[in-house]
Amino acid sequence: MAANLRLPYLATAAVSGLLFGAGLYISQMVDPLKVLRFLDFTAIPTGGWDPSLAFVIVAAIAVMFIAVRVGRIRQAPLFDAQFHEPEFHHIDGPLVGGAVLFGIGWGMSGICPGPAISLIAFWPDNLLTFLLALFAGSYAGALVIPSGRDERLALAR
Amino acid sequence: MDAFSPIPALIGGVLIGLASALLWLGNGRIAGISGIFGQLLPPARTVVWRLVFLAALVLGALAAAWLIPGLGVGGPGGASAQLASPPAGWNIPAPLWIAISGLLIGFGTKIGNGCTSGHGVAGIARLSKRSFVAVGVFFSVAILTVAVTGIV
Repeated sequence: MAANLRLPYLATAAVSGLLFGAGLYISQMVDPLKVLRFLDFTAIPTGGWDPSLAFVIVAAIAVMFIAVRVGRIRQAPLFDAQFHEPEFHHIDGPLVGGAVLFGIGWGMSGICPGPAISLIAFWPDNLLTFLLALFAGSYAGALVIPSGRDERLALAR
Repeated sequence: MDAFSPIPALIGGVLIGLASALLWLGNGRIAGISGIFGQLLPPARTVVWRLVFLAALVLGALAAAWLIPGLGVGGPGGASAQLASPPAGWNIPAPLWIAISGLLIGFGTKIGNGCTSGHGVAGIARLSKRSFVAVGVFFSVAILTVAVTGIV
């Protein structure tokens, strides 16, 4: 059986997803309006700015930073043959252009993909519209960038 | 009510970090939601663990809202979740605004290879040059977008 269909592998994915979803609720990053209150830097002079998101992401980075160091000592993850580290290294057009488009969309709604999925738990109005658009946009993106792994690598390695 | 909440933010951030650490050290995979989600589309290769992760993501938020109610939005003690409304005076229907936002996020994270979790958490922690650029760009553009639209 493929490594990624064995029980410990799938259990790891499940526990990771549970922790991630719980973290998004506890930090209230599931609330798009709270995310927008972070992105609203125009509120800094008036004292209405909410810096919570910075605390969330810095704490998450700190924990993950340690895990990456541990991973560099080990040869392989526990339940697979290798770490799937991205092989792209160059700063290229799709990276920057994609980040610009994502930034516009994120600033319009305060929803990034993690909260978008976890919001299924609380089902606000228009969420289905958002998720279908997210899916369609992602599919369109896959048609635009080189679909073959080798071509994408040649562009960004 | 729009209060800054540093303690829940730090606790939630640590949980998200632990989730990313577990997926990395256990399965050697990056917990980037746009990637986990986007690679469910054809030509998808590894579907099962992605679906398991995404289902657990929803269940984790739901379970936490029942176990620790009243932190804000969601669950039995919380306010009902709401998506943002279009900026006042723009005369754009809310579903259209939300759909455009979703399309841009789906397309942008696909061609840019990541979002707030994949680039923002895992990429920065790996000290990836591409992720530093992506994070700098999407945070700046999002902040600019909020300032220009006046949506908040």
